[in-house]
Amino acid sequence: MIFKGRTWIFGDNIDTDVIIPARYLNTTDPQELASHCMEDMDPGFPKKVNPGDIIIAGKNFGCGSSREHAPLAIKTCGISCVIARSFARIFYRNSINIGLPILECEEAVDFVKAGDELEIDTDTGIINNLTSGGSYTAMPFPDFIKGIIQAGGLLNYARKAENQDV
Amino acid sequence: MGMTITQKILARHCHKEYVEPGELVMADVDLALANDITGPVAIEEFKKAGANKVFDRERIALIPDHFAPNKDIKSAELCKTLREFARSQKIAHYYEVGRMGVEHALLPEQGIVLPGDLVVGADSHTCTYGALGAFSTGVGSTDLAFAMMTGKCWFKVPETIKFIYHGRLNPWVTGKDLILYTIGDIGVDGALYKAMEFTGDALKNLTMDERFTMSNMAIEAGGKNGIMEPDDVTLEYVKSRAKRDYEIFKSDNDAKYCRVIDYDVSEIEPQVALPHLPENSVSIHEVGDISIDQVVIGSCTNGRIEDMRQAARVIKGHRVHPYVRLIIIPATQEVYSQMIKEGIMEIFIESGAAVSTPTCGPCLGGYMGILAKGEKAVSTTNRNFVGRMGHPESQIFLANPAVAAASAVKGRITHPAEVADI
Ligand code: SF4
Repeated sequence: MIFKGRTWIFGDNIDTDVIIPARYLNTTDPQELASHCMEDMDPGFPKKVNPGDIIIAGKNFGCGSSREHAPLAIKTCGISCVIARSFARIFYRNSINIGLPILECEEAVDFVKAGDELEIDTDTGIINNLTSGGSYTAMPFPDFIKGIIQAGGLLNYARKAENQDV
Repeated sequence: MGMTITQKILARHCHKEYVEPGELVMADVDLALANDITGPVAIEEFKKAGANKVFDRERIALIPDHFAPNKDIKSAELCKTLREFARSQKIAHYYEVGRMGVEHALLPEQGIVLPGDLVVGADSHTCTYGALGAFSTGVGSTDLAFAMMTGKCWFKVPETIKFIYHGRLNPWVTGKDLILYTIGDIGVDGALYKAMEFTGDALKNLTMDERFTMSNMAIEAGGKNGIMEPDDVTLEYVKSRAKRDYEIFKSDNDAKYCRVIDYDVSEIEPQVALPHLPENSVSIHEVGDISIDQVVIGSCTNGRIEDMRQAARVIKGHRVHPYVRLIIIPATQEVYSQMIKEGIMEIFIESGAAVSTPTCGPCLGGYMGILAKGEKAVSTTNRNFVGRMGHPESQIFLANPAVAAASAVKGRITHPAEVADI
């Protein structure tokens, strides 16, 4: 899949309480969750995001709670892809499971500036910076995870596997 | 080649002789757990996937603890979703308000999680049960829906970091201090994707409750799990609680570790993690003069009976500082009733503390003690992220229950020795 959008830059250890504060977890409505995405760090963030935009972040993005509301809020507010130095493991699983593409790429985090326009090919891991002309390569997904993504998420994968032995 | 305890439990649950770090496996789960925040999302996914029956009603635990007793209409609806699903699926381990407790304190206490188990929970602190010698880890709601349908979960077998604690503990140093110190040392991503294995002579003297505290915070270093080999203390704890068989696993002598870290605990003083990350832990002597507005003693980290005893030992005969709100939340009904039996409840009430029924409440900034702008709190919980307990400009200092109690008395962050009569 190819994604194209402007970038928003965040630092290290962006935790799930910042992505979606617990005070809003009394709902499961994706739109409502999305309307509070990142608000303690960048008030009004969801309003500023254009569909397709990309988050670039430092290490350990999504650390903290297991709330799937976090990748869901990011995805629903229009972000097409998150690129970080590293992801917290539960956030990583959750993103794959709900179909939010995430890539680990040190180079992109080092060189991309806020507002740069990127074109990302998630199949090859190639990230082109349309603003600066740079190109970076992200770690590709392991085959097993590609399988989940190709099936359209974990539950479709489960349904497909129902007749086979998973 | 030898395996670590983590590898062994994973191997057993995917019916293999040996599993290698990095290998992706589909494993059987002994228990799948969710709460009133993550459960409803999992239930929605479960239904959307066309499933109509859980894989095993005895192997699922649904616990309304985060915003329960219901804090508002929306959370009442979430709890209702959980309750109705539990009833229609005849889920064996559903605990209603008045019988429930914070999930990670309740499940071991009730003997629902046992050594050698493989547990997934839609809650990041599911790693708590590592203290029993179980492999347990947090997952998301979709993973949980999958586990409820199939009884399985996929894992990448982690590499293990071994932490060895030796030497004599200083007075007022607890499991909480060891884990805060460890996170301070390796950082909040120091064990990312890795298993943390806690060993060493110094752990032998820790109570089960203190061990739970340590395993509980493995996630705060990014760890996948935080496991300990069962010993006599573990078996004593499990003996009266277990209602089914369990298996003891231990790491082989030739097991491979990606890193071994050794700590002399005699060098560790009570720790305080400064805002806004658990890795900002420093010795209490380095904290300086910090006045506080609120103290919270509770949560899946430090809401067990041993924690309450430690706090009570400090606070006995003292009054809470006039400018401080002390909020005490026993993690389970059993802890609550034990506090009454031991006279701990009276000590707290007479000191001027507010004692609540079990709930997560303030730990995640839900309710029952939200911080206003600029307020500072000492808390025995596990996270001091920006806005975790309320206003984004409030501050949380993480500490053990004795430090929290002493701070409540003095109105500033205080070493327990300054207050306690013993
Ligand atoms: S007490 Fe706090 S950390 Fe523990 S399960 Fe509840 S909200 Fe999560």
